[in-house]
Amino acid sequence: MSKRIDVKDLNVYYGKFLAVEDVNINIEAKSVTAFIGPSGCGKSTFLRTLNRMHEVIPGARVEGEVLLDGDNLYGPGVDPVTVRSQIGMVFQRPNPFPTMSIRDNVLAGVKLNNQKISKGEADALVERSLQGANLWNEVKDRLAKPGSGLSGGQQQRLCIARAIAVEPQVILMDEPCSALDPISTLAIEDLINDLKDQYTVVIVTHNMQQAARVSDRTAFFNIAGTGKPGKLIEVGDTHTIFSNPTQKATEDYVSGRFG
Amino acid sequence: MTTTSLTKSRGAGRAGDKVFSGAALAAGCLILAVLFGVALFLVVQAIPALVASPDKIQGGEGFFAYIWPIVIGTVIAAIIALVIATPVAIGVALFISHFAPRGLASGLGYVIDLLAAIPSVVYGAWGAAFLAKEISPAYDWLANNMGWLPIFQGPASATGKTILTAGIVLAVMVLPIITSLSREIFLQTPKLHEEAALALGATRWEMIKMAVLPFGRPGIVSAVMLGLGRALGETMAVALVLSSGALTASLIQSGNQTIAAEIALNFPEASGLKVSTLIAAGLVLFVITLGVNMIARWIISRHKEFSGAN
Repeated sequence: MSKRIDVKDLNVYYGKFLAVEDVNINIEAKSVTAFIGPSGCGKSTFLRTLNRMHEVIPGARVEGEVLLDGDNLYGPGVDPVTVRSQIGMVFQRPNPFPTMSIRDNVLAGVKLNNQKISKGEADALVERSLQGANLWNEVKDRLAKPGSGLSGGQQQRLCIARAIAVEPQVILMDEPCSALDPISTLAIEDLINDLKDQYTVVIVTHNMQQAARVSDRTAFFNIAGTGKPGKLIEVGDTHTIFSNPTQKATEDYVSGRFG
Repeated sequence: MTTTSLTKSRGAGRAGDKVFSGAALAAGCLILAVLFGVALFLVVQAIPALVASPDKIQGGEGFFAYIWPIVIGTVIAAIIALVIATPVAIGVALFISHFAPRGLASGLGYVIDLLAAIPSVVYGAWGAAFLAKEISPAYDWLANNMGWLPIFQGPASATGKTILTAGIVLAVMVLPIITSLSREIFLQTPKLHEEAALALGATRWEMIKMAVLPFGRPGIVSAVMLGLGRALGETMAVALVLSSGALTASLIQSGNQTIAAEIALNFPEASGLKVSTLIAAGLVLFVITLGVNMIARWIISRHKEFSGAN
C-alpha cells in the first residue's frame, strides 16, 4: 500500500507571485526522498502541493500535474479531502490535538474516514499505530491522558502514529525534527527507516546530515535571489548528490561553500 | 569592586516597578471593595423584608412566596434567550471566522458589534411595538397545534406581549455579545491544529468539530455566561415587552415577571418595607448571577487538562 508520485511541469503561485517554477520529479514508492536547500527556496511550499495543503493559504494555486500512481491530484472532480486522506502529513512543530487523549489523537483520522469502528478494532489499531511510531512502550499505560503532556519528541511520534493510523499511501514530513533535541531526532530518523518498508516517505530537512542518513534519493532546491522563484536544481541518489553532484550549485551547498 | 556594583540598583527602574505594582494592587482591591460594598448594601437593606412578618409583604404570604415566581420568570426568560441565541451566535461566529470571504466577514463583524451598542430601551420599544404584534399569529398557531404541551397552552395572548416575546427580544440582545466573543476565540485557534485536522483528510466542518470547537470550548462557555448575565439582569426591554402577571407555565399567555423588571416597575412608587422587599429581590438576583458564574468556572476547570492551555 504505497504509491509513487510523478510531478510534471509544476508551477506554484501565491496570487500572481511565482513561488516555485517548473518542477519535474519522480518520487519512488517505498523509499525516502529528501528535499534540501536554503531557506525560502520553496521546498516546503512544493511539499505542500503534494497533498494540496497549500490550498489552505488564500491565493495559492498550482499549474501542472502531480500523479499518484498515474492519477492526477489536480484533475477535475478530485476532492482535496480525499487526496489528504491518501497522502498524510507531519508538520514542523508537533501538533497533537490538545483537547484529545493520546488514544483519541491516534484515532482522529480514522474516525473521519470510516466513521464507525468497534472498540476492539480501535484498540488494536491504536496499539498497531503506536507500535509503528515506536511510541507504544512509552505511552501504553496512559492512553487516556492528554497528548499535550508528552515531550516534544513523543508528541511528534504521536503525530506520526496519527498519520499512519489512516494507512496513507504516502507520508510527507515538513522538517519533522527541527523543533526536537538530538535524541528525539534520532528516534524519528530510526522510525523513518522503518516506515519506508511500507510507505513512500518524502521529507523536507534543513539538516544535510539528516538527508544523508535517512534518504535514498535527494532533491536539491535553490533560489536565484529574493523575489525569484525557487527551482529544483538536481535530483538523484543521495550518495551521488552528496559525493558527485552534476551541478556546481549542489556541490557548493552540500559542501557548505554556499552564499 | 564587583560586590558593590551588583548590590547597586538603578533607582528609577525600581521606582517604576513599585508604582506599577502599587497601582495594580489598588485597582484589584478597589474591585473587591466595590463588590463587597454592593453586597453589603443589598444585605443590610434587604434584612427588614426578610425578617418582616409574612402578612406585611406584598401578596401577604411572606418574602419567599413573593420572590419565587419572579425568580422562575427570570430564569425562564434567560433560558429562552440563551436557547435561541447560543446556536445562532456560534453559527454566525463560525461563519465570520472560517467561512465568509474576508470582505464580508469584516463587514458582518462590524454590524454584529453595532447591535451590541443599541440601547436596551430601543430593543424594548421594538419588541413591544413591532415584534409582539407580528408574532402573535404564530402564538395562535402554537396554541392550536401544540397546545397539548403545557408551555404552549392557549388561549394565546392577543397582544403578543408574553414571556416568549421577551425571551426572543433578550436573545437578540445577547446575540452580539456571544457572537463577538466566540468569533475572537475561533480566530485564535492555532493554525497548527487546523492544519493537523485538514492533513488527516477532514472536511472544513470536520476540522471545525475536531480543532476549532474543542479548543474554543472554555471561551464559548464564558461567552454564554456573559450573555446569560445580561439576560438575567436586563430590565428595560422586559419591562416594556412583557405584560406581566402571575407565574404561568404557558409561554404564550400574558403573565410571569422577571426580577429586574419587577424592581424597575415598582421602585419609583415604593416606600418603607416595599423598598426593602425590592432590594431583597435584587439580592436574590445577585446570588443567582454569582451561582451561575461559579458553575461556569467549574465547567471550565473540569476539562483543564485537555484545554490546550499547556
